[in-house]
Amino acid sequence: MTAIRTEHLTHVYSEGSPFQKTAVEDISIDIPQGEYVGVIGHTGSGKSTLIQHFNGLLKPTSGQVFVGDQDIWADKTKLRGFRFQVGLVFQYPEHQLFGETVYKDIAFGPGNMGLEEGEIDARVRQAARFVGLKEEYLDKSPFELSGGQKRRVAIAGVLAMEPSVLILDEPTAGLDPRGRDRILGEIKEYHQERKTTILLVSHSMEDIARYATKAMVLNKSRLHCYDTVEEVFGRAGELADMGLSVPQVSRVFLALGPRYGLDPHVYTVEQAGKEILDRLGKGVGA
Amino acid sequence: MIRDITIGQYFPGESPVHRLDPRTKILLVFAYIVLLFVASSPYSLLAGAVFAMVCYLVSRIPPRMILKSVRPMVPIVLFTAVLNMLFIQGDVLWEWWFIRITREGLRTAVFMAVRIIFLLVGSSLLTYTTSPIALTDGIERLLSPLKRLGVPVHELAMMMTIALRFIPTLIEETDKIMSAQKARGADLESGGIIQRAKALIPILIPLFVSSFRRADELALAMVCRCYRGGEGRTRMKQLKLGTGDFVAAALMTGLFAAVLWLNIHCGF
Repeated sequence: MTAIRTEHLTHVYSEGSPFQKTAVEDISIDIPQGEYVGVIGHTGSGKSTLIQHFNGLLKPTSGQVFVGDQDIWADKTKLRGFRFQVGLVFQYPEHQLFGETVYKDIAFGPGNMGLEEGEIDARVRQAARFVGLKEEYLDKSPFELSGGQKRRVAIAGVLAMEPSVLILDEPTAGLDPRGRDRILGEIKEYHQERKTTILLVSHSMEDIARYATKAMVLNKSRLHCYDTVEEVFGRAGELADMGLSVPQVSRVFLALGPRYGLDPHVYTVEQAGKEILDRLGKGVGA
Repeated sequence: MIRDITIGQYFPGESPVHRLDPRTKILLVFAYIVLLFVASSPYSLLAGAVFAMVCYLVSRIPPRMILKSVRPMVPIVLFTAVLNMLFIQGDVLWEWWFIRITREGLRTAVFMAVRIIFLLVGSSLLTYTTSPIALTDGIERLLSPLKRLGVPVHELAMMMTIALRFIPTLIEETDKIMSAQKARGADLESGGIIQRAKALIPILIPLFVSSFRRADELALAMVCRCYRGGEGRTRMKQLKLGTGDFVAAALMTGLFAAVLWLNIHCGF
């Protein structure tokens, strides 16, 4: 089943003014339910603009956006409903915190959905648990927390709406490696448990390689390709031409591949280890 | 959306008007405003208007920018004109019920309208052709005699510069926070006044928090670059009066003379 689909989506900022800029051009894509998609692209390639179309924050200049099988702009009064189905976590989401307590902040989304108290309470606690926030934090002011904890609160605020699609724009920017691994691990867990469709915008090819199953590459406002992670990183040369990096392991294997007959589609350390051991095994055998 | 509001209307360019010293421009604009109110004959007012138009031509600011500067004030201009028209006594031209329009009233109304419009047009030329930074620099230098009276002129100018610098940043930030809260289902567009005011809380609080954070960071960055107030501070770009400034001042003096002459000889 389709989670999100776009047809010839184009977005032009400040149309008709001297500052006119096409941020997204003619993008048609179909993301199935339950997929974990990495979104890759240079700064200014249109990633942020594209994802803001998926929950109707931006209106396409032309083209259509479907959530499930419904055109989200067909009926403007229903638009808000799609925001609950497609949860969007912005870059540096901790900058949006405002609640007196962590609890109230996380409850903002579910409260806007018009849920009843008991349901809100259950969702807040569950969302907090997912991002690894202890119960005792719920009554603290979000402004007393550390940077990483604030970010977790903000992510929990979106998780609490229990969206069927979760989009995260650089959720680990500015965090230390451990904080990054924890947050991405929690998201992966959430993905596996809830079968939620995930879109992860990231500059880190390692992160995409490690967590995503598919990858979408944007280049100069256009969709360059959308395929399995393996295929996308197998085309490392193209990515490099666009000024994007590929996982370090991919780079090593692309360089060594032709020489030693290694599979160029290897992109994680685990796969690399296995591939090399296999080769060695064969080498010994022969 | 919010991004479309233009603040800081500087129109970069390379005209003689752009190149004038900001101090000259500020003083000339004041002189021009005084001149508009000194002009008492239609011809002298016309001379003032033509002068402004010529300045716009020389500065190569697109004509639609003139309209843009006047448009927001049109209601006030009309209001002033109508009040003047109705309440000034004199020879009655037209009368109906309690409305009485006099020759003097009509004349004052037209004069006031033209004056206010050109006051806007003239002062807009200043902001169109002078970057905000140059403008605050000019103001700081013009006000510097007040330092002797203990007025913190440099600090005020620095505050103005910083405020101007951060307007676009704050707009962008507001836009982002609004999007983030909308993504969590915040409803900013419907409901009564109280509901709408309440809906602003999730936007205003993060905005304040981030402004304080930014202010802290900026203060730290300034201290790191050894900023310690205006005392003994030198400038990379010294303001210097050039030939252009004297020409402009001479032109304004000439215009003043012309207006006074027209006032006396062509009045009615």
